[in-house]
Amino acid sequence: MTIAEKILAAHAGREEVRAGELIMAVIDLVMANELSAILAIQEFEKIKPKRVFDPEKIALVPDHFTPNKDMKTAEITKAVRRFAQEYGITHYFEVGRGGIEHVLLPEEGLVAPGDLIIGGDSHTCTYGALGAFATGVGSTDVAAAFAIGQVWLRVPQSIKLVYYGQPGKWVSGKDIILYTIGDLGVDGAIYQVLEFTGEGVTHLSIADRFTMANMAIEAGAKTGIFEADEKTVEYVKGTIEDHESRMRNFKSDPDAEYVRTLEYDLSEIEPQVAVPSLPENVKPVREVGEVDIDQVVIGFCTNGRIEDLRIAAEVFKGKRVHPKVRALIFPGTQKVALQAIHEGLAETFIESGCAFSTPSCGPCIGGHLGVLGERERCVSTSNRNFVGRMGPLSSEIYLASPAVAAASAVAGKIAHPEEVV
Amino acid sequence: MMLRGRTWKYGRNIDTDVIIPGRYANIAEASELAKHCLEDLDPDFVKNMRPGDIIVAETNFGCGSSREIAPLSIKAAGVSCVIAKSFARIFYRNAINIGLPIFECPEAVDGIETGDTLEIDPTAGKIFNVTKNLSFETEPLPEFIQEIVAEGGLMRFVAALSQKSKPLRE
Ligand code: SF4
Repeated sequence: MTIAEKILAAHAGREEVRAGELIMAVIDLVMANELSAILAIQEFEKIKPKRVFDPEKIALVPDHFTPNKDMKTAEITKAVRRFAQEYGITHYFEVGRGGIEHVLLPEEGLVAPGDLIIGGDSHTCTYGALGAFATGVGSTDVAAAFAIGQVWLRVPQSIKLVYYGQPGKWVSGKDIILYTIGDLGVDGAIYQVLEFTGEGVTHLSIADRFTMANMAIEAGAKTGIFEADEKTVEYVKGTIEDHESRMRNFKSDPDAEYVRTLEYDLSEIEPQVAVPSLPENVKPVREVGEVDIDQVVIGFCTNGRIEDLRIAAEVFKGKRVHPKVRALIFPGTQKVALQAIHEGLAETFIESGCAFSTPSCGPCIGGHLGVLGERERCVSTSNRNFVGRMGPLSSEIYLASPAVAAASAVAGKIAHPEEVV
Repeated sequence: MMLRGRTWKYGRNIDTDVIIPGRYANIAEASELAKHCLEDLDPDFVKNMRPGDIIVAETNFGCGSSREIAPLSIKAAGVSCVIAKSFARIFYRNAINIGLPIFECPEAVDGIETGDTLEIDPTAGKIFNVTKNLSFETEPLPEFIQEIVAEGGLMRFVAALSQKSKPLRE
């Protein structure tokens, strides 16, 4: 069996499951943000339950349109807050004590290797970086999970991605996953799991792995997953007190079945950019040509970790944001923001002329805090460059790593970090 | 129950941001969502469609976000079902969970043009193109999912299950 099949079998109370089967599985955690929670709460309350299945296994994270962007959002977050209080939800993360869900949950120790997690957000697959099976679902699934702590799933097939070699200086998890999506296409892995393996992944930090698992959905995958290794164990020791009893390190069998196996040499991957308007439109940054830009945003669930901000600050250090460009930094969580302040990164950003924001999804879905105008162009470290995602239909998003985004902010056009550092 | 309606055909990778743009993600009323269905793809769709009409698309329909308001806006607009070569998986489960019938049938998609009238028998998995006099077969829904649909959606299924309250494990 693959690691995905093993985790699902364990949560369905079965010895073995096979790809294609439909199972009912017991979850370790169900997550929702304010937008998916509000619909889930409405559905949940329709069946008039007295309690939730387990108030400690639900996480509610207002992050999309928060701090409240308008009166409508204020009513939504109020209703989610009321629900959390009424049902005694332990892991409710208020503005100022939380951040963006997918950066926050692992940091808070709510993700352990071997867990089965569902979330009312498509990027729930992020937690696969720690060897969990985590997948995005809709609000009705979340509502059902609130009630019974279970989810129906079709056991997916897996694609084995084997990475080898060492990535170059400016090459991060973002470049690797963009390159991979460019190869697979946005529908290259529908209903399937991306299993990230090979000696190459041992060189990658946990932050890089989060970025890669985060974007598995951009190839249509049900989730992306890494087997837990020493780095994972080290990370989990820092976040989970009873880590020894919580961790279940499943590994794929040598004879596990895959739909296909693809190999990539990390030493050959250059910094990548996904040009409008699909994440599969990937090119090496040097082949993008002269593209003037209006805005740069760095952060989000894809690249809002301290490692990402360190790289961005390294590029910004001693330089100024180009006069025609607005640069905005979105740390993933309050902890990341505080760490950035301690390390002097926040100072570097502000001295360079960047806005240093409170954690929020903000402009990533065109909500607030940096929405684009007609025909404006943005380099973003987020995960989707769909038409109209960050503003009007005529606006454009180029996806890139924090290093490329920061270099572009300084150059005023899409640039390789080597051009400015 | 037979479904019957005119078709509106679109391309590949119709994502949730064009089905219902993120700027409307803080709307929860179905009637409001209905007004913006497919707005960024085909601004005239809502104006020109009639209740019962059918959306037809190429591969990976509904890719992108997990927003359940995507299938909700389609259902609320009065669309009777969606036929595509393939669906993004979260869209697929959301549609099932809220009771919007969807069918994966590449052959049927190739044999349909915008404006054709279709008749669909969901239980038998039969799609009939009345305009072109062509018949197609689709996979019937897996038994497990039929159960959810038969209960009237996932939440009723759950209500029934929690009354029995038999945990699956431990
Ligand atoms: S940062 Fe963007 S992609 Fe990530 S959870 Fe928020 S809206 Fe979704």
